[in-house]
Amino acid sequence: MKEIALYTLDIAQNSITAQAKHLEITLAEEEGRITLTIADDGKGMEPELLARVSDPFTTTRTTRSMGLGLPLLRLAAEQAGGCFAIQSTAGVGTTVEASFQADHIDCPPVGDMAGSITLLLQGAPELELTYVHRAGEAEIGLDTRQLREELGDGISLAEPEVILWVRDYLQEQEALLRENKGMKA
Amino acid sequence: MKSLAELRAIRERMEKQIDLREAGEDRIRVVVGMATCGIAAGARPVLNAFLEEVNKRDLKNVTVSQTGCIGVCRLEPIVEVYVPGQEKVTYVKMTPDKVASIVSEHLVNGRVVEEYTIGAAE
Repeated sequence: MKEIALYTLDIAQNSITAQAKHLEITLAEEEGRITLTIADDGKGMEPELLARVSDPFTTTRTTRSMGLGLPLLRLAAEQAGGCFAIQSTAGVGTTVEASFQADHIDCPPVGDMAGSITLLLQGAPELELTYVHRAGEAEIGLDTRQLREELGDGISLAEPEVILWVRDYLQEQEALLRENKGMKA
Repeated sequence: MKSLAELRAIRERMEKQIDLREAGEDRIRVVVGMATCGIAAGARPVLNAFLEEVNKRDLKNVTVSQTGCIGVCRLEPIVEVYVPGQEKVTYVKMTPDKVASIVSEHLVNGRVVEEYTIGAAE
């Protein structure tokens, strides 16, 4: 994967598969580190599965016995001087945290977070999602409850016109955050 | 700068349209593989391009959705098109610039773009 945003999209799909209703995605850029946290209230994992989950030969899929999402993220974080942690409780939810050393040569760029967050919603329009992207003191974000307040119950977030608007909105927010910090995309 | 209040305007406009995406049997479905393999191969811009094209042409009978791993990871990004009453068509090694012709030829005019299909790739 070329961007932290693509890992975000990939790992958050696990939460949707685990029937999460709420998802919190936080990307924090501070003190030379980039930390991605994805917390869900999905069905969680038993300790036995949790222990094996960053092994590439572990999956919940029944078609083939391999899953690569978490091992790839773990590898990316550890290669970039960061670390990877996963906590999970069956019936409660799962939290994945990966950090990267921002100035490490192998640290992937943050990339198109607006694109990832909106496509996540397009695929799971019922999800309650809060997204926060922090860079030093500055912060932007999105809360699907606010979107639904404006949209009402009758219109799905997956409607192309709606989701494209949300993407443009978030892109603008991300650009403001970068300007604020003088960061590169 | 955009404000969330603009969503209200979209809502009002959509609520006026009586033909708002009726859930029927005669809908065309476009399904993009968005598992680890698809995402790593570039499925995100492909899905985006489909949403943009469908919105631009205001195709009310088309649903764009996502699925997991389709099973031929080396040919990702993969897009499946289901037209009611016809056999499924699988497009492989998709890129955003292939999307416009699939939308205009296949989804609008009903002509499969053979050169992008799995049959042509294999």
